[in-house]
Amino acid sequence: MATRIFGSSIKRREDPKLITGEAQYLEDIQLHGMVHAAVLRSPYAHANIRSINVEEAKAVDGVIGVFTGKDFEELPALPCAWQAGGVDNNANTPRVLEIERVTFTGAAVAVVVAENRYIAQDAVGLIEVDYEPLPVVVDAEEASQKGAPQLHENAPGNICMDWACGQEEGTEAALEEADVVVKQRIKNQRLIPTPLEPRGAIAQYSPASEEYTVWMTSQAPHVMRLLMTAFVFGIPETKMRVISPHVGGGFGSKIFLYPEYCLVAALAKKVGRPIKWMETRGENYVATTHGRDHISDIEVGVKRDGTVTALKVKTYANLGGILSTIAPGIPTTLYGRMLSGVYKIPNIYCQVLGVYTNTAMVDAYRGAGRPEATYLVERVMDLVANELKMDPSELRRKNFIPADAFPYEPADDILAGLKYDSGNYEAVLDRALEVTDYKAFRQEQEKARESGRYLGVGFSSYIEVCGVAPSAWVGVGGQGWGAGLWESANVRVHLTGQVVVTTGTQPHGQGHETTVAQVVADELGIPFEDVIVQHSDTLGTPFGYGTYGSRSAAVGAVAVYNSLQRIKDKAKLIGAHMLEASIDDVIYEDGKVHVKGAPTESKTIQEIAGQAALAYDLPEGMEAFLDDTAYYDPPNCTFPFGTHMCMVEVDRHTGQVDIQRYVAVDDVGRVINPMIVDGQVHGGIAQGVAQALWEHGVYDESGQLVSGSLLDYAIPKASFLPSFELDRTETPSPVNPLGVKGAGEAGTIASTPAVVNAVMDALSPLGITHIDMPLTAERVWQAVQQNGNGG
Amino acid sequence: MSRNVTVTVNQSEHTCEVEPRLLLVHLLRENLGLTGTNIGCDTSQCGSCTVLMDGQAVKSCTVLAVQADEANITTIEGLAQEGELHPLQESFWEKHGLQCGFCTPGMIMTAHDLLSRNPDPTDTEIRHGLDGNLCRCTGYHNIVTAIQAAASSIRS
Repeated sequence: MATRIFGSSIKRREDPKLITGEAQYLEDIQLHGMVHAAVLRSPYAHANIRSINVEEAKAVDGVIGVFTGKDFEELPALPCAWQAGGVDNNANTPRVLEIERVTFTGAAVAVVVAENRYIAQDAVGLIEVDYEPLPVVVDAEEASQKGAPQLHENAPGNICMDWACGQEEGTEAALEEADVVVKQRIKNQRLIPTPLEPRGAIAQYSPASEEYTVWMTSQAPHVMRLLMTAFVFGIPETKMRVISPHVGGGFGSKIFLYPEYCLVAALAKKVGRPIKWMETRGENYVATTHGRDHISDIEVGVKRDGTVTALKVKTYANLGGILSTIAPGIPTTLYGRMLSGVYKIPNIYCQVLGVYTNTAMVDAYRGAGRPEATYLVERVMDLVANELKMDPSELRRKNFIPADAFPYEPADDILAGLKYDSGNYEAVLDRALEVTDYKAFRQEQEKARESGRYLGVGFSSYIEVCGVAPSAWVGVGGQGWGAGLWESANVRVHLTGQVVVTTGTQPHGQGHETTVAQVVADELGIPFEDVIVQHSDTLGTPFGYGTYGSRSAAVGAVAVYNSLQRIKDKAKLIGAHMLEASIDDVIYEDGKVHVKGAPTESKTIQEIAGQAALAYDLPEGMEAFLDDTAYYDPPNCTFPFGTHMCMVEVDRHTGQVDIQRYVAVDDVGRVINPMIVDGQVHGGIAQGVAQALWEHGVYDESGQLVSGSLLDYAIPKASFLPSFELDRTETPSPVNPLGVKGAGEAGTIASTPAVVNAVMDALSPLGITHIDMPLTAERVWQAVQQNGNGG
Repeated sequence: MSRNVTVTVNQSEHTCEVEPRLLLVHLLRENLGLTGTNIGCDTSQCGSCTVLMDGQAVKSCTVLAVQADEANITTIEGLAQEGELHPLQESFWEKHGLQCGFCTPGMIMTAHDLLSRNPDPTDTEIRHGLDGNLCRCTGYHNIVTAIQAAASSIRS
């Protein structure tokens, strides 16, 4: 058998364009006659719009038009495509431009179209809006209390939805019976995704064909087209083509349908010229979605021996002033249903209140619900270990779901009928303990304490859910997702034997062109160089739901694999015909169809592709060409897992946290390209560490985003971070034939609690058991002072 | 109000008539069509727009085009010579020092400046040398590795 490249760290074929400046991101695209749009945003977090005067702005030389919400009254509010399953959702979504009222600072209220961006921005400053400011609330718990300012008539108490999973009664009873109950309020602060490329869109309209072409910074171009045409413009999908060019990172924030994308398309028709809109970083911070922002009260019941018997959680999930595209699904299905973690917890109950506040929309940010769940579960394990004076690794081990229990169904139907596919949680913990030489670290820690130094080690044994599916489970009748979640691929073997694969997923840094080609080259037994992967354009690719939730391998690549099987089946029929052999006597191997036991009597896939394309001599009744499209809807999700360990030193006098070592042992199933997976883990860890220590999206009481720029919002610099030590085990997923699980979010999900637990471990001699993130030097220092031992 | 600016970019001389407020990054991207230099923020934090001006790394969003009059500019498009990638481009590719690639041109230009001043840096010196450039994808791990590899390749 030929050498397989599945599993090889081959260099990315995407990179030559990216390292030479040739790659085209949205802002790089120039169309003939293109004009520029700039958006006016509300400076108030909550206000009625009394009137808008655009006259002065219109008079500026070079301004083509100035428009307000009233100019787009015919367009309905944007759809909310994932409402929480099984409960009422009091949904309120943005309009293309708000007409009567704004509910967060940064809401779009007017737009200028001008010959260039400088003129457009000048004119935006000349629009006069008469606002009537209204009372503001930014905290989700406060917003849900009596007397709080009300944001939406259809959402009394600012509650969008009141959702629960698990068993309340049984969990209460188990808490009653527990030897020890630990309670804690835990906040998961608001984060701002901050891909390096902000959002943007370009639109062009053809009056002759009544067709729109829209380029946008999107992780899901097919979904954007569907939502824009069917739900906003009321036109057939066939009248719009959506293209994602090179996208400079997304991390979830570029999944969604935003008002400006629709606005730009509508303007292209109104103005009759192609239009570009590119947000500034300042706009990105106030008007693109944020992530996390939970306040949770937890109660955990345990036996004296460390067996966890019950977990009860109540969470206030801040959804922002108005709903983004899949906002309610994140703190429900992707959060509550993951609260069993890697542990056999027999009783679980979680209630989630989704709350409107006068803040930017909150939706999926890398990990999306799973980091919030993992953070709670892993903080809980350390709080319990501390209470029982047990070693945190042993407490985890004691409660792990054992390796022979898979497929495993978490208790209380918390996963709504799905099962964890495969796992070996002790193996990753053991590997992490070995790599870090845990025992030696504990000795070093003891010695350091004697000399007044505070070292700490933190664990995070995580599970996550990838390749979210099946459609029937996740869809409207189940978890409320307003669509399917299958994925598609087309494989076409051209006359010369060159293969073109088109996918419904959309890479924005993940390297799909390389990894998908690895799968294809191996399956067909052809050179890697003979495979081209195309994507991100609704013209020429099959419908797909896009890239998020670490689904492009676990769902998307499996669609490719399934197509390849059918291509090989047809190749065998043609090969047998060419060899004048019976189909039962031939096999497909190493890029050839040959007669069993006679490898020299063979036809190569290239010869067969030529025959299939020319069609001079095909089996009776067979269609020409090797071409197949697959739509893969998985029978289950996949569940990667791992253990991360972080070692820190905390300076009790300054509160400074220094990460000394970071070790990650992940199991993401089978790995197509280890170099790319490592890269995903590195970046994920950096984002999770950043949540633990630095990043915080902060609103003041009047609803102004005080962390509204890269000056104020602390995404990590290179000097903040250590190099990371990675290791992995490989437990194939039984869910799909590739055995892959997904790797895009694991690092982010795992790392946050590992770091926080390490800091708490360091500070444990001072009696400190919990500090809310981010653990900035100031917060740590204050905790040390308040603890009374700080002097 | 417009002024003439003459710049040599990637060894070609250009004279452009510009508004005094035009940023160098917009001159490069829009007047000269060199879109490899990216814009990621509006406060000079992200470094995506870093280019070499008379051999030194500058953030081209913080330089007015008129300030670059008579200057010699190198952008990412000018780094490869006669079809041969620069060792930094090679090493970023080889070591997977990029994912979405948006920060990469700026990262490479900053690394170029760093290595010209310090041909044999420690990891810590590299990390501090990159403090003006943000990357959201890689966690910097492979960027540091790539710059070390390039430094080693240039030295030899």
